[in-house]
Amino acid sequence: MSSNTTPEVAVVKMYAAREEIYAREVQGRYASLRWICVWLTQILFYGLPWINWNGRQAVLFDLLARKFYIFGIVLWPQDFIYLAALLIISAYLLFLATAIAGRVWCGFACPQTVYTEIFMWIERKIEGSRSARMRLDRQPASLEKFARKFGKHAAWGAVALWTGFTFVGYFTPIHTLAREVVTLGLGPWEWFWVLFYSFATYGNAGWMREQVCKYMCPYARFQSSMFDKDTLIITYDEKRGEPRGARAKSARADGGALKAKLGDCIDCSMCVQVCPTGIDIRQGLQYECIGCAACVDACNGVMDKVGSPRGLIRYSTDHAMKQGLSGADIRRRALRPRVLIYLAILLAIVVAFGLSLAMRTPLKMDVLRDRGAMGREIEDGMIENVYRLQIMNTSESPHRYRIVVDGLPSLRLAGADEVTLNGTETRSVPVRLRIDGGQAGKGSNKIHIGLQALDESGLQVREEAVFYVPR
Amino acid sequence: MSDFTSGFWNIYIVVLTLIGILGCGLLLWSQSKHKITLPPGSRVQTQTTGHMWDEDLTELNTPMPRWWMWLFYITIVFSLAYLVLYPGLGEYAGKLGWKSAGAYQQELKQAEADYGPLFAKYQQQDLKAVAADPQARAIGERLFLTYCAQCHGSDARGSKGFPNLADNDWLHGGEPDVVKTTIMNGRNGMMPPMAAAVGSEKDVENVAHYVLSLSGSTSDPIKSVLGKPKFSAACAACHGADGHGNQMLGAPNLSDKTWLYGGSADTIMETIRKGRTNTMPAFKDFLGEAKVHVLAAYVWGLSNVKGAAPQ
Ligand code: SF4
Ligand code: SF4
Repeated sequence: MSSNTTPEVAVVKMYAAREEIYAREVQGRYASLRWICVWLTQILFYGLPWINWNGRQAVLFDLLARKFYIFGIVLWPQDFIYLAALLIISAYLLFLATAIAGRVWCGFACPQTVYTEIFMWIERKIEGSRSARMRLDRQPASLEKFARKFGKHAAWGAVALWTGFTFVGYFTPIHTLAREVVTLGLGPWEWFWVLFYSFATYGNAGWMREQVCKYMCPYARFQSSMFDKDTLIITYDEKRGEPRGARAKSARADGGALKAKLGDCIDCSMCVQVCPTGIDIRQGLQYECIGCAACVDACNGVMDKVGSPRGLIRYSTDHAMKQGLSGADIRRRALRPRVLIYLAILLAIVVAFGLSLAMRTPLKMDVLRDRGAMGREIEDGMIENVYRLQIMNTSESPHRYRIVVDGLPSLRLAGADEVTLNGTETRSVPVRLRIDGGQAGKGSNKIHIGLQALDESGLQVREEAVFYVPR
Repeated sequence: MSDFTSGFWNIYIVVLTLIGILGCGLLLWSQSKHKITLPPGSRVQTQTTGHMWDEDLTELNTPMPRWWMWLFYITIVFSLAYLVLYPGLGEYAGKLGWKSAGAYQQELKQAEADYGPLFAKYQQQDLKAVAADPQARAIGERLFLTYCAQCHGSDARGSKGFPNLADNDWLHGGEPDVVKTTIMNGRNGMMPPMAAAVGSEKDVENVAHYVLSLSGSTSDPIKSVLGKPKFSAACAACHGADGHGNQMLGAPNLSDKTWLYGGSADTIMETIRKGRTNTMPAFKDFLGEAKVHVLAAYVWGLSNVKGAAPQ
């Protein structure tokens, strides 16, 4: 920048380099809550693939065999609808949470937040507090600096690798995977995904951090459409805080006269220092704010120290701030049409999902008529049609089924009418159906072919088929 | 090989593609920095982009992250590299010479490499031994369902004009080697029209009833007695004096109740009058001997290995 006397040309950069944010450690109610979320999600994520169930991995997405195992449930490609329903349910949960309390998901449970929290904890353990880290980064290269940086990245790398390994463990049996890792016998694709996911974890939680939330996350981009003036957001109480000013000094300068005029904010900038996205919440709601409530914890700590009431920065709503609503008012307004509609849709889908999952028959059948051999006349003037039954036993136990047919007088099966399938087996079974001549009109006749488990009542399917009588 | 009659469209595509890519790069480069001339004396304002409309409407500069810009450049470089290596620029085939047909060939080769040894192993074995091997039978069944079921039915029991393969009745002989030869080289079934040789329409009917009587089916005894001499004269040469058929000629046995086209008097009369032609295609070139070997063992096993025929 130049002086202000000569005409000048300024260069505006449209792309800005990332500035390192040195988020200060924060303690308090919400920080503890976040750590609880970290523990819960990570115990779940790292632990789940190790659990066994009925002699197999409890949760396994077997992409090669195209079967998803989730405890007692085995999902086949035909059950894709359940996956879609699950995604819709998750989406509505997110919408509902956002409409009520803003970016709570972002601030407490999002993997990006969770891993950043873990990585920042490692960073603090190795490089020290905020000021120590800033000092270290300004320092010229030294052995100590190198050792600390190296240590940090090594620790990050270790966590990232373990995460990548666990992730792949959801798709390949993790016990085998562990053995392969130990013996370095991993297949090329397993290597790729372990390293890819590790690298993603390392890069996102170590380097990208708030950049992910600000520029990469699609959810951040459209959740504003779920916000309204009654959505709980993290706000700075401007009426109470302003004018801000440092207390002690001004008190000394004019014997307390100024102090009386000042608001509760002592301008200590703690709220800015703890913010992981590096914003100043006192400027109002900004799209960068991920609702992590770190500034709430920080300011509450400050308020405790200076002896002012907590809540200068707090969860509140836009309406409440402007109209001075009470907590009860805020709660009452939480149940507005938007929230009720989300809730109704969510409930409907959850109920439908639960019911259809409970009533799912672990048996599927496709009936394929033989096209070449339309219908044949056999001895004694009987007419015979051939079908291929594609039978899928989608349960994990073997079953014996009886093939039952109906729809035409004298329609019956030639050959055995029972078939046994092992657990999760698919088999193509040719069957021959017969009628006595003259029992059906020439051309196509509608019939039904069904399967009925002999060892479990209610386990049955029935499909429509066509019986063809040659002209 | 060009799909166009002139080079115009080729050039058109190349030029459009390149202009598009390079244009993106140029736009990105020219827009990443912006110079603004400030009136003398004014404070440097980096808060705005310097764009101004309607005299005083300015645009705040909230810059995108720089890595974003680099990603954009990388995609441009990537797209250019892609166009060098792979087909995409008009008729230019790309340095790697990749073709979808080539990819298909490669998959075929891979499958050959994966399953070839398995088929080769079976090819070394006797057909009867292969038929007794459950794994080979499972493979054979799949081959059958893919290549044979269209004509012979999923249950291998055939239909009108297509022989039943699950019984023990064979037109050309049921030895494993014969079955294999049939699949390898195919067969041409030929029954000439015999109306002229047999005589009048009455004679045709009489012969038909004689044929029915051979297999013990219901027939008119008088017609069948009248038909016998005609049969000896015109049909016995192929089907034998007693109608037992001749597998060397592919002439069906008429003394059983297995019929290729149907066993009613009307159908038999039609056969005598017009003859029949029937073709089983050769699978030698299409499937290769190794697969045919497994297939033949499966088909033979249908009527000769207990539990091999579909229930
Ligand atoms: S402003 Fe507060 S709540 Fe928002 S991201 Fe920063 S610290 Fe978290
Ligand atoms: S932490 Fe509280 S007191 Fe300190 S600057 Fe922020 S709002 Fe003001």
